[in-house]
Amino acid sequence: MKYSIFSLARAALSGHKNWQRTWRDATPKDRYDVVIIGGGGHGLATAWFLASEFGIKNVAVLEKGWIGSGNAGRNTTIIRSNYGLPGNTGFYELSMKLWERMEQDLNYNAMVSQRGVINLYHSDAQRDAYARRGNTMRINGIDAELLDLAAVKKMMPFLNFDNARFPVQGGLLQRRGGTARHDAVVWGYAHAASELGVDIIQNCEVTGFVRDANGKVTGVETSRGRIGAGKVGMAVAGSSSRVAAMAGLRLPIESHVLQAFVSEAIKPLIPNVMTFGAGHFYVSQSDKGGLVFGGDIDGYNSYAQRGNMPVMEDVCEGGMALIPMIGRVRLLRQWGGIMDMSMDGSPIIDKAPVDGLYLNAGWCYGGFKATPGSGFVFAHLLARDESHKEAARFRLDRFRTGAMIDEKGQGAQPNLH
Amino acid sequence: MRIVCPFCGERELGEFTYLGDAKPVRPVAGAPEDEVFDYVYLRDNIAGVMEENWYHGGGCRAWLKVTRNTLTHEISLVEPAAGAGARHVVK
Repeated sequence: MKYSIFSLARAALSGHKNWQRTWRDATPKDRYDVVIIGGGGHGLATAWFLASEFGIKNVAVLEKGWIGSGNAGRNTTIIRSNYGLPGNTGFYELSMKLWERMEQDLNYNAMVSQRGVINLYHSDAQRDAYARRGNTMRINGIDAELLDLAAVKKMMPFLNFDNARFPVQGGLLQRRGGTARHDAVVWGYAHAASELGVDIIQNCEVTGFVRDANGKVTGVETSRGRIGAGKVGMAVAGSSSRVAAMAGLRLPIESHVLQAFVSEAIKPLIPNVMTFGAGHFYVSQSDKGGLVFGGDIDGYNSYAQRGNMPVMEDVCEGGMALIPMIGRVRLLRQWGGIMDMSMDGSPIIDKAPVDGLYLNAGWCYGGFKATPGSGFVFAHLLARDESHKEAARFRLDRFRTGAMIDEKGQGAQPNLH
Repeated sequence: MRIVCPFCGERELGEFTYLGDAKPVRPVAGAPEDEVFDYVYLRDNIAGVMEENWYHGGGCRAWLKVTRNTLTHEISLVEPAAGAGARHVVK
């Protein structure tokens, strides 16, 4: 069905009793041209781009739980394209441009809100690094503004500017950055893909790969039977190593837990998405009023989707250092998601060393903002068997050749670098 | 998660630092490139019981070998790592 002001009015006048399901819950067929493992944002976006941009409509998305039940439903909903390294800059801007037209493309309200993302700096050296990153962005046609102290004070007068150790000196602002409603992104892609004939199959766990005599992947074994496939794409961040192991692969990835937090609802306070440059703390405010914030990964391998107290304490200390007045706001909820931590902190979108299998993995804790871009370039790779030019550096073999993309200078563990 | 250090007793997680899987062994000098690549970059990334190296920086500063389930965070065994004063532990 098509959503519009008229469909809303019709549904309202009939007491909201006649809404149709927004997407079709399919049962598996025997064979598809492309099978995507993983019904999160990336998997569903890939399926939609395959159907809408590349004309491949005989596609299935297999999800072991329900769609959006993994990291797509566990993130802090930030979108931005403020990256400085070749490989990242162009890719994340491609993704940002797709965010800007997503709601029209999908006919679905994803509450994309370009409220701005500001990274605060606290020293001369950090200012210089941010200036350089901002300049890189602007040379590449991306908006960036380096704000001085007066401009930041005007925008956010409530910060602790005179922190003895880490005084705020200014910030790098990307006004086009912001947030989006994460669940609506999943449902929107499911809605639009389903309209084009993509089968979304839930409660369907992949338990193995079907290989022919040459070792080529020709399908998957699942908890709902064998499904044949021309090509199989993996978009299962958090579980990439486990799924790849079924094809005999070892990946340069560790699974770690990242926690996120929401406070009780308060009146509008945080006007944008802001990050504390002297620790790891980032915060925005949801439309319901809760402060949504997070920080570092816990730092040990985990598949448990829950974290521990030391990082909660650390994140809250970062928040208190930056915004002392939130000290009396109570924490409402806290949860953890499993991050595919690659060894250089950047993703992998590439053909697997096994024929017929394609990887979309290693998103670390930055996968949400990449959702549309990842879907587009992964669909490009699956459809044409060659990397999109903006994803050409996200190769699996870069760890062997040394062409790493170490934007943050760290991968799974800071002590590795 | 709390870790029972064989030297200090039960302590909270914040006192410890994680190194990772205890299984990989550093290749000898002059080892083939493939071995070094494998050691530095590739991971088993076990979902289940894993032996890991932890450092008790907030306590005795000894390296420990911790057997832990990555699916549940349950710790079943904590031993001093090889060479980390294992002989001082009374069994």
